Amino acid sequence: MTGKTLLQVEGVETYYGNIRALNGVNVSVKEGEIVALIGANGAGKSTLMMTIFGSPRARAGKITFAGTDITEMPTHEIARLRIAQSPEGRRIFPRMTVLENLQMGASLDNLKHYDEDAEKVFTLFPRLKERISQRGGTLSGGEQQMLSIARALMARPKLLLLDEPSLGLAPLIVKQIFDAIRVLNKTQGLTVFLVEQNAFGALKLATRGYVMVNGNVTMSGTGKELLANPEVRAAYLEGGRH
Amino acid sequence: MVQTVSTSREEVANPFPQAIREALYAGAISFGLFVLFIGLKSDQNIRNELILVQRWGLLAIVVALVMIGRFVAVAYIRPFVANQKIANIATGLFPDSAATRFFRLPYFIAAVVIAAVLLFFSGTLAGALSPQSAAYVGLLRGVAIIYALASVLFYFRSFILAHFSLLSVILLVLYPVAMVLMFGFQGSLKWVDNFGIQILIYVMLAWGLNIVVGLAGLLDLGYVAFYAVGAYSYALLGTHFGWSFWILLPAAGLMAAFWGVILGFPVLRLRGDYLAIVTLAFGEIIRLVLINWREVTNGSAGISGIPKVSFFGLFSFNVSDPNYIAKVFNIAQSGAYYKIFLYYLILALALLTAFVTIRLRRMPVGRAWEALREDEIACRSLGINTTTTKLTAFATGAMFGGFAGSFFAARQGFVSPESFVFLESAIILAIVVLGGMGSLTGIAIAALVMIGGTEILREMQFLKAIFGDSFTPELYRMLLFGCAMVIVMLWKPRGFVGSREPTAFLHERKSVSASFTKEGHG
Repeated sequence: MTGKTLLQVEGVETYYGNIRALNGVNVSVKEGEIVALIGANGAGKSTLMMTIFGSPRARAGKITFAGTDITEMPTHEIARLRIAQSPEGRRIFPRMTVLENLQMGASLDNLKHYDEDAEKVFTLFPRLKERISQRGGTLSGGEQQMLSIARALMARPKLLLLDEPSLGLAPLIVKQIFDAIRVLNKTQGLTVFLVEQNAFGALKLATRGYVMVNGNVTMSGTGKELLANPEVRAAYLEGGRH
Repeated sequence: MVQTVSTSREEVANPFPQAIREALYAGAISFGLFVLFIGLKSDQNIRNELILVQRWGLLAIVVALVMIGRFVAVAYIRPFVANQKIANIATGLFPDSAATRFFRLPYFIAAVVIAAVLLFFSGTLAGALSPQSAAYVGLLRGVAIIYALASVLFYFRSFILAHFSLLSVILLVLYPVAMVLMFGFQGSLKWVDNFGIQILIYVMLAWGLNIVVGLAGLLDLGYVAFYAVGAYSYALLGTHFGWSFWILLPAAGLMAAFWGVILGFPVLRLRGDYLAIVTLAFGEIIRLVLINWREVTNGSAGISGIPKVSFFGLFSFNVSDPNYIAKVFNIAQSGAYYKIFLYYLILALALLTAFVTIRLRRMPVGRAWEALREDEIACRSLGINTTTTKLTAFATGAMFGGFAGSFFAARQGFVSPESFVFLESAIILAIVVLGGMGSLTGIAIAALVMIGGTEILREMQFLKAIFGDSFTPELYRMLLFGCAMVIVMLWKPRGFVGSREPTAFLHERKSVSASFTKEGHG
């Protein structure tokens, strides 16, 4: 199922001013995988996501995507290599309708595959179809998250970065979203790199996982291994299990 | 039990004690505010000494007016509004029931009759009455006409709202014709030039600025700079080289767009307040260059003798030319032809601006502008180059400013840096904000109200009869402008038309049209 390495993060260090947020992080994502990155608040998970997208930039280390060095590339050019992101805080366009948000997602191909892809995301998230002409800002949190993921999918990505898709959502909606990710991975072979605090759900979903503590990756393994690991259980799972 | 309920209800229903209390507070506050502004006035006496004139009577009137206003607002208007909370969305002005009570058929007929009679006998009445009572008659006539028009607007509101763009374009095209029919060629000058052209220039400028501020969300306080670039481009190239307006119009637009990009580059990283300050400075720089670069711009004396626009070279509006319009068509000479021509020219330019804006909004670049306004970071992560997106917004907005500028130069025949002060930028921006950012209709209405409203003050000569001969209503235009802005912002914080029109629809429309072709889904 897994193929060659798609995303390779090597020794990346990122700073906010003089504060080091990432301490030489090594992460890799292979084609067809779902990789989860778990960790506590402030561990640097979202910073890694943003660093992959070039803002903030890595001060040291190297990021390659499908063999291309993207460490110094402008954000919009990184996106054009077919990396799509559902960023932290969803960042949908609040005054634009659901349909317009989706169009923005498809702007890379100049709306060439727009109709076809819109149908696809609507089968994935039927709720969005009901809300089609509603403004993004008027959607509920879960619907906004679906829209954010759907918008990212409209770009026909090779790699989908998801930053805390479960944040602030009811367990049922989280399940819907995780199911959708699983379906995408199974049917279309979409590679997903997922940042989560909801460690249990994420590791169950993931092929492989990384654990991040204070800007360092401290552990890695398959999702099952990590789920069984006593340290991981103690730190992230006990009591956190739904 | 029953009794206590009814007394408490009475207390709520009787707002008078509260109204009196609030009126007293308002009186005290207004006294404190106005005692130095209105109660005392510094003046010169005959020996050129500075003296204080005391105007306690005027102060008392103002304070009393404020108190009465507050009392009426609390005692009558507030309960009335509270009773009719469900505002009629269609008019957006009044609750429906209040409006239907206000606009009644008998009143309408009475208004039409009064207006018609007064219009018909205006000549005889003017001779028979003293100037003062004639002024009141004029006021009555104006009120009757406005009431009749408002009733028509109210009763046909759904039809008007449904076909608003089409109706307004038809109205705008017919406007000079109606003015000429009503007032004759000479009498129509004022209405076509001072009202029609003046308002349309601001409509066009505001629509141009709307691309930058309304769509792309880049707050630009120096928009008048591009207007100036356009005006001086035409003024300089037209007077020195004698090139035609029709060549220089696109040239002026390109020049302004070029300067838009020049401004755009350094401010790419700035947002919000910081961007506003830099654009403000840019507007001032352009104006100061125009003042100080005397060899080219003739400084604050300005450039005069700017050539008139010709009708695509077919006939001209210069009396001395052999192809002067009156000679070509064998009609009487009049300056009105040129003004009417200019009216249609600016109308065409404004409609071009609107058309381009509407088209661009449906194209990737326009959608990227709007997305940029909403969330820049999300834009970038969707692969949109925010640099070029911002620059195209600046350039496109500036280009329309440049078009308007070259038209302005051609219309005035004279330009000087005086015309391009910060106040102009502020007025244009105010129109965009009042109209509702991004809404073409709202902005056009705002320009009509703001520019037309201040222009119409010049027509209110009857006020002189009421307030005395030294009263010049047009001096109060900025005061009214400010009041209107405060009221609109309280009443409709997002502007006249605050809702954004979506540009994307499900492809149902498409599949209907496709069903007529072979590949259709139907």
